[in-house]
Amino acid sequence: MVHAILALLVCQLLGEIIVRAAGIPIPGPVLGTLLMLGALAALREVPEELNAVAGVLLSHLSLLFVPAGVGVILHVARIRAEWLPLLAGLFLSTALTIAVTALVFFRVMRKMGLQEAEPEP
Amino acid sequence: MSGPVEGTDHFDLLWVYLQQEPLLWLTATLAAYAIGHALHRATGGSPLVNSVAVAIALLVAVLAVSGTSYATYFDGAQFVHFLLGPATVLLAVPLYRNFSRVRRLLVPMLAALLAGSVTAVVSAVAVAGVLGGSRETLLSLAPKSATTPIAMGIAEEIGGLASLTATLVIITGIIGAMIVTPLLNALRVTDWAARGFAVGVASHGIGAARAFQVNQLAGTFAGIAMALNALLTALLVPLLVGWI
Repeated sequence: MVHAILALLVCQLLGEIIVRAAGIPIPGPVLGTLLMLGALAALREVPEELNAVAGVLLSHLSLLFVPAGVGVILHVARIRAEWLPLLAGLFLSTALTIAVTALVFFRVMRKMGLQEAEPEP
Repeated sequence: MSGPVEGTDHFDLLWVYLQQEPLLWLTATLAAYAIGHALHRATGGSPLVNSVAVAIALLVAVLAVSGTSYATYFDGAQFVHFLLGPATVLLAVPLYRNFSRVRRLLVPMLAALLAGSVTAVVSAVAVAGVLGGSRETLLSLAPKSATTPIAMGIAEEIGGLASLTATLVIITGIIGAMIVTPLLNALRVTDWAARGFAVGVASHGIGAARAFQVNQLAGTFAGIAMALNALLTALLVPLLVGWI
């Protein structure tokens, strides 16, 4: 477990350092993901420890957004004043984005003759 | 009984202790999420009962009733918040496992990314603008589909309110996680890669969390979509913002 956690932190840390030192406009953890991907490609397998950590953390990924979400308490006044544009904007835009993205993906994939991953959702 | 005064003193001391240590709000965050998760399960895994939404509602109520500031709460909850970074790095694991499929689907992915990213920014600003949202609100809303730290950075750069953007990003994530399954069933998009990618573009990590609950491949594509859309939104929003 220790090795897997160490590897994660090292990848993130290197990502943050490289992004800042080179002035690359991408987030540190995203570069860290690419570094980890490179490491896995070099190893040619996912170590069992890392697999276990991934299973735990990725299945409860949404927990990690709770502290930032509670920040809604700082904006109660604005949300009350502008609830209609905010809620309508968020809701319609999110629905439209999901629909457009999925349909473009699906249509282009079919047009190129790429088979579906699995038949039913 | 030596009177209520002494009891109150004890309680005050206890409260002072609890407010100074991270333990209380860290525990409260996990407890609220556990309750949200239990409710989600009790309803047969219904996407409409979102664990994050339940947890946030409970914690906001507790903070309001106890008169606790968000800064005090975050002192404890920051340990959970911190894990967002390592979790992002962990996305390399499913990405590596599905690499050949990802490479094969590169063209549909990039086409969908461009269409989805533009739609996310333009439609949010257009709808809120037509309904009378203030300029500050519109600028804070524009990067809402990108993941939290990137969206906050973009908002700051274009003159929005970074902390308002953080809230809007989370709400966007929750909405996407709630509606993605019925919406894509109605549109008859059956492919897991397409479904996961769509919710990742629209609803970043919270969408990816929902996708991982349903299907590993969908989760993988949602994770990729989240990372790519973070980059594209950072490029697009400053370009599009001239029209707001």
